[in-house]
Amino acid sequence: MLLVVVEHDRGSVPIAGKEALTAGRELAGRLGLPVAALVIGAGAEQAAEAAGAHGVGPGHLATHDLLSDYGPEAWGETIAQAAIVLGASVVVSVGTDTGNEVMAQAAARMDQPFVANCLKVADDWTITRMRWGGSLLEDTTVDAAIRMITFAHHAVEPVESAVAVVTSSFEPGLEPEVSRTLVRDRVVQAAGVTLSTASVVVGGGRGVGSPEGFSVLEELAGLLGGKVGCSRVVTNNGWRPHSDQVGQTGTKIAPEIYIACGISGAIQHWVGAAASKRILAVNTDKEANMVTKADYAVIGDLHEVIPAISNEIRRRRG
Amino acid sequence: MRILVCIKRVPAPGARINVTPDGQAVDTAHLGFAMSPHEECAVEEAVQIVERVGGSAVVLTVGPAEAEEQLRYAVSLGVEQAALVQTDGADWDPQRTAAAIVDAVGALEESGRAFDLVLFGNESADSGGYQVGVRVAYALGRPMVNGIKRIEIGQGEVTATRPTDAGAEVYRVPLPAVLGVKEGINLPRYPTLKGRLNSKKVEVGLVESNAVAGGQHMVKLFRPTEQVSETVILGAGADAAAAVVDLLEEIGVA
Repeated sequence: MLLVVVEHDRGSVPIAGKEALTAGRELAGRLGLPVAALVIGAGAEQAAEAAGAHGVGPGHLATHDLLSDYGPEAWGETIAQAAIVLGASVVVSVGTDTGNEVMAQAAARMDQPFVANCLKVADDWTITRMRWGGSLLEDTTVDAAIRMITFAHHAVEPVESAVAVVTSSFEPGLEPEVSRTLVRDRVVQAAGVTLSTASVVVGGGRGVGSPEGFSVLEELAGLLGGKVGCSRVVTNNGWRPHSDQVGQTGTKIAPEIYIACGISGAIQHWVGAAASKRILAVNTDKEANMVTKADYAVIGDLHEVIPAISNEIRRRRG
Repeated sequence: MRILVCIKRVPAPGARINVTPDGQAVDTAHLGFAMSPHEECAVEEAVQIVERVGGSAVVLTVGPAEAEEQLRYAVSLGVEQAALVQTDGADWDPQRTAAAIVDAVGALEESGRAFDLVLFGNESADSGGYQVGVRVAYALGRPMVNGIKRIEIGQGEVTATRPTDAGAEVYRVPLPAVLGVKEGINLPRYPTLKGRLNSKKVEVGLVESNAVAGGQHMVKLFRPTEQVSETVILGAGADAAAAVVDLLEEIGVA
């Protein structure tokens, strides 16, 4: 049996979770394995509905007092017990920070290998996975009684394929000790567009020149309902907070369009921006990596080009 | 506080990574090396905690003899002691790496006090396995949370904050604990002159490990096929604004 661990936040399944459901269903179909969903903690019923909508059922709802909120040890222990009790030979989740964390916890407990951020699994179980955020790939094999993998976020498009949702309850035995890593408190940001979900990202690099230089990027992002991002040089210079960084060690973005201003396009930035549907580079150097790899480019100084774009938008809106 | 920081020697981020003709390794002939960016921040965090609450920090790596360079760099930033589990040069799989670190923690704790805190980077920049810290913590019976961008030391516990898309999660974990930190938790310092002198003098302790290979076997490395796309030049300078806004309207974002 192939068990998909459903990524969810108290019932709400993000796109990343739907990608894993889609990839798990496809892989189970190809391997001729039955498929099931493991949904852990508060909101499990609601998340099981989302699993069914993506063709993964029955749903095993893991409930326990110590699963009331997220905790890597409690979730990892639950996955390990479910995999063994339910007889899974493959366990699949998604390569987000939490997905990788709980799968690593489960793999450690079962002393099994764990392969993170896979792009595809061949019929002979040769697995292709990402290194360096995806700028290098690795083919790997695993010797394991239970094969544990996460699919890289954005590697698969979520596809719905409804099955009737049958659920049953799974109660893991959890030692009180796992409560030590439960979430104790949450800081909730005002709801709104984030860098990783924005449909427009206006990014700035070394070419912006100063913290103040970002005001023209802020203005354009504001007009388009988007967010401002930046390269690693910018955060290392202290011009912008690290939470704005797009790249391997920052945020991976996937907007309709990424407007990359004064960014040379070093590989660690590119892997954070590669899932963008379209890239428009604004750069004085027409040979810059970002320009040659982009779909569209404007050659020129961002301090002239970006205000002109904002003015044109305002002019057309009257 | 006694703090252990685990780092990995990797090709310096930003460089184009090429593969040897047999696909078994990264071609390192023209590459500089560094520690993974998240780990550089872990070293900085350890040094800052020691500055705030007292104690000492130790840096450890599993890697080739050349990884001494990264260990000494950590010492130049303020870490006191360095230890190396020497490999034959090949990258060990995650299970073997974790087992080697567990051996090293045992050896280092035997000769001193137990570590109150063991810090890892969220994931290594090169292989990105997302698991070595978790495996080490489990083997040591200690709590572990990854993805941390803020650490506050309390009485017998540590408060650790992890940003999420919706805001942040706050954990209060009893010591001794293991945490994986992310770039952005701090801005790493540059070595001082005194630090450089210390890094030259420090003796790198060699730790033996009998760790055996785990279940994941690398077959080959390769570069992804690059999508060759013709870049459409929309214009030059401010005159390109109309063409850009046409595009933004066409895709429905303006």
